Amino acid sequence: MNLSSEIMGNDPAPRLGRAAIAKRVARDLVDGSTVNLGIGIPALCADFLPDGIEVLYHAENGILGFKELSAPGEGNPNLMDAGGKFPKLVPGMAFFDSVESFNLIRGGHIDVTVLGALQVSRTGDLSNWMIPKRGIGSIGGAMDLAANAKKVVIAMEHTARGGIAKIVESCSFPLTAPNCVDQVVTDIAVIDIDRANGRMILRETAPGWTLDDVQAGTGAKLEIDGDIIDIA
Amino acid sequence: MKRSYNLAPVPINKISNSFAEAVSDIPSGASIMIGGFGGAGGQPTRLMMALRDLGVGNITIIGNVAGISKTTGYGWPDHLDPIDQGVFFESGQATKITCSFPVPGTTNPISEIEKAWREGNAEVDIVPQGTLIERIRAAGSGIPAFYTPTGVGTPVAEGKEHREFDGRTYLLEEALAADYALIRAEKADTRGNLQYIGTSRAFNPAMATAAKITIVEVDEIVEPGGIDPERVGTLSTYVDRIVLRDAEDPLP
Repeated sequence: MNLSSEIMGNDPAPRLGRAAIAKRVARDLVDGSTVNLGIGIPALCADFLPDGIEVLYHAENGILGFKELSAPGEGNPNLMDAGGKFPKLVPGMAFFDSVESFNLIRGGHIDVTVLGALQVSRTGDLSNWMIPKRGIGSIGGAMDLAANAKKVVIAMEHTARGGIAKIVESCSFPLTAPNCVDQVVTDIAVIDIDRANGRMILRETAPGWTLDDVQAGTGAKLEIDGDIIDIA
Repeated sequence: MKRSYNLAPVPINKISNSFAEAVSDIPSGASIMIGGFGGAGGQPTRLMMALRDLGVGNITIIGNVAGISKTTGYGWPDHLDPIDQGVFFESGQATKITCSFPVPGTTNPISEIEKAWREGNAEVDIVPQGTLIERIRAAGSGIPAFYTPTGVGTPVAEGKEHREFDGRTYLLEEALAADYALIRAEKADTRGNLQYIGTSRAFNPAMATAAKITIVEVDEIVEPGGIDPERVGTLSTYVDRIVLRDAEDPLP
């Protein structure tokens, strides 16, 4: 696992790097599933798929079954992913238009979506499209994915700049979808959300971090159900 | 009495001589769909530049990812200067855009659309992408409105009818049509059947069905039969005008 090299501020131990967050998320992807990765840390998950596991990556712009990206400068504008990057053409790939792409999403055919977040609430509400102070934001496919994917995983840094909690009791930013997040993977913790009962359960921490350490940077109550293990 | 029909073949000439000619009747105040997804692939870049040069004002743009390529390079090869829907805001022609993704995460530098919005010169209507494409599809297929689960419990739902089906709540969303659609395809036959390539489909096929006048920018025009009937992505019925790109065009 790649940890950041230095301990920041009052942290008890290093935090995971962005790649390590993505690697932890990728570990749980199931063979044969259809997966949509958002931009940022989520997009990195594709680099860490465990050996022997194959998933079908979907991108909103109309592509299913892409794998690695083209080398810089070699991309083809007619072979793009939703992040604006250019994947390679691989056997088994399929192209389709936006109607079909959102049939797939809205129809509940996406097994897992991994998204970034500005805030996640105790009950699994997600805010990731607008910071109120800016007054303008971008929804893209996030509302469709959050409301309709079978499993919603958030991959993000645990706190915003200045140590401000992103995991909160109740979102103060405009919602992307209510009660939709199943799991949050951050640079210090893996948290499952029991959406039916509005409970956040701490499952794993970065090495050297305790429940109290993680709770200190979290705006919602974390519960324990069984052992807490190190993120590996 | 049996009606008599003129069975002589009617020549179908949908080919425009230039991009300027193809857009020349677009009036000020028109609503205009711009196809593609965002990025260079599938974008009717030359038609957009012709519309900018036409200079008509008070236009409403309907697009998807809009105006972020110029500032972020989104969906463009590194060596080219991106062109996006921001051109209509930079020129002051557009007063409104309906889209799903009008601003990137960063404000440095600020995009033309955000700038126009901040200065009070443009309305920006942000719609979830799946709702946007389905509203366009609905307009082209005779469906005035539909229920979707997307957006329930968010600002998007404000003021909209809610209804429950099988224990889940849905929103009523209305069809979205336009006066013109500017779209992009790889190939057209002279009748207007279109063939797309790769991920360039995106919003193009649905937009072709949802506008009064659909104008397509293509890389190649072939005789009927030059497109395999199995590969027709948009039917000629939807296409009004075809413009051929210059084979040497440096823009993708």
